[in-house]
This record gives sequence, structure tokens and C-alpha cells, in this order.
Amino acid sequence: MKKILALLLVSVFAFFAITLVQSDQLVPKFGDADLSSRVSDKYISKSVSVDNKVVEYGETVNAETGSANLVTSIVVNYRSFDTLGEVTVLFISALGISLIVGTTDGMIKRSESGFILKTGSKVLMPILLIVGIYVITHGHLTPGGGFQGGSMIASAVLLLLISDHEFVPNMNKFKVLEGLSGSLYIIIGLVSISLTGYFLKNFMPTGQVGELMSAGIIPIIYLFIGLKVGSELTGILSDFLKKEANV
Amino acid sequence: MIQISAIVLMLLGIYGLLTTKHIIKMIIGLNIFEVGLNIFIITIGYKTGAVAPILTSQNNSSILNFVDPLPQAIVLTAIVIGFGITAVGLILAKKIYVQHNTYNIDEIGGKI
Repeated sequence: MKKILALLLVSVFAFFAITLVQSDQLVPKFGDADLSSRVSDKYISKSVSVDNKVVEYGETVNAETGSANLVTSIVVNYRSFDTLGEVTVLFISALGISLIVGTTDGMIKRSESGFILKTGSKVLMPILLIVGIYVITHGHLTPGGGFQGGSMIASAVLLLLISDHEFVPNMNKFKVLEGLSGSLYIIIGLVSISLTGYFLKNFMPTGQVGELMSAGIIPIIYLFIGLKVGSELTGILSDFLKKEANV
Repeated sequence: MIQISAIVLMLLGIYGLLTTKHIIKMIIGLNIFEVGLNIFIITIGYKTGAVAPILTSQNNSSILNFVDPLPQAIVLTAIVIGFGITAVGLILAKKIYVQHNTYNIDEIGGKI
């Protein structure tokens, strides 16, 4: 009975969704996106507050935002306040997890891992850490950024957790790092209020598009986001391995 | 076609969410729903023959044909929030399993 009801509900939803897609009223047909009528056109030519102009890789100097990766320029510059909210959501979920786990001492007993996992993790962990830091620092030039690199750093710690059954991470240092980088993100926003009058607006020279030292405050903010996400995900992982509190 | 398959993924997720009694399977259903939704949002910005929205030494000018970067930026936000939801759901499932020794919500019977 319940399955029939669920099937009915799903088919009603399917009818509405598919007629919406077929009608081309709200959603454009696949492959027919018209960027000239969207706000993204301004984002691509880096001219939200100035007149339309052409941005050339390796030539344009002092553009509105110097990031070569256009997605990063939206995430950390034009919609940076949105990203601050996103980081806050992640922080609240980590906080909720540590509240649900409660105050316990020690981790659960883990069984000793095999030879291949132990040896392989010794080879893989430094590579993962280096790639994670590379992805964070090149977030404004190549695909990637703070969230992706932070998850790579956390996965290096996860590799250590599953390969070494006696390893206990010192979570206090991670928590200090997380709080520090989260507050520095807000402090950058406050500095930009005092200098430019807008929260999280770029106040540094943007440099030449395509250089590592360019894009103003984007690499700095992405570095803080990467540290915060990496330490936060490590905290979540070690919370999952904590001993259960006696209820 | 890819829009229809994204919708089919979303429907599979909703169906699984509605019919199962197993908490872990519910979280899996929620994740399938989320993946379908993310693919659907990405397809809104696609343009045939366009390149990825990154300026490189090959695609070096903003007058080129780029896909819409805004849906990709929004999906980045959605992925992170989905991770938070999954993590909180899993820790609640673990808590329920430790207290009741079952993942089935029928066997818990309303007492938390």
C-alpha cells in the first residue's frame, strides 16, 4: 500500500518535472543557454560595475577581479558573502556532530590494518597533502579551491586513521586552526568595510590575469577556507571514531 | 536527454526515501536525490560547443564561448551543504544503532 502511494506521488512529480523541461518556459533547452541575457555575461567579462570590456589571459592588468578561474571569481569575490554562509553551515554541522557525540574519552578500538594498507598510506599521504595544498593555492587559476583542497587534506588524515590503529589526532590544535582561519575570513571582510565601504569587497591590487600572485584577496580567502574546511572535516572524521558515551 | 536522466535520478531518490525503513538507506536516497538535482542545475548553464569557464593560454579571451559559471558556483555550495546533512544524518544513525541495536525505524517504535 505504501509503495503504491509512493509510486503515485513520484509519478505526479515526474509529470510536472518533465512537462516543465519539455515546455522550455522556465528552463532553457539543453545546450541552448543564452548567456547574453543572464548576469553571468557580466561575470565572464569581469565588468559588473564598469562598462563591458574584453579580458585577455596574461595581458589584462588590474581587472575588476583578477581570477582566471571564473567560477572562483564568483564564489570568492562576487558572491563571497554566500560562501561565508556556506562555511557557517559546515561549522554548524561539525558543531552539531560533536554535541551529539558528547564528551567521551578515547577512540573506539580499531583492528590492526594489513601490510599493503600500511605501506601504501606511507607513500600516498605526503602526495595527498602536497596536492591538497597545490589545489588550495591555485584555486584562482585552475579547477579547484579551498573546499576541494581542504577535503584532500582531510582524506590524508583519514588514510592515517585507517592505516594506523594507534594513531590519535590532537584535535585541540585543529580546533584552534579552524577558529583562527574562520575569524580571519570575517576580519578580512571588516577590513574591506573600513577601506572600501563594502563587506568582503576586493581592496588589493588584482595584478595580471593568470599570474600566481594576482586576484587580490581571492587566494588569501581561499587559503583560510582550505585550512578551515580541512581541520573541520578532520574533526568530523575523528568524532565518528570516538567512543560512545554511556547513556 | 541528460535533463530527463537527472530528473529520473531525483525520482529514484524520492522513491527510495519514501519506501525504505532503513535509516542508512534513507541517507543514500537523500544523496541520490541531491546528485540528480546538482546535475540538473549544471545542465541549465550548458551551451553546445562551449568551453569550461576558465581562462587559460589556449582559451585566452572573454569573448570566447563559455558555459555559464554561475550554476557551477551554486552547485559547489549545494555539495558542501549536502556533505553537512549527510554527516549529521550518519552520526544520528550511529547514535540510534548504539541505543536500540537496529537501523529499522519500525523496530524502534517511537521511543528515542
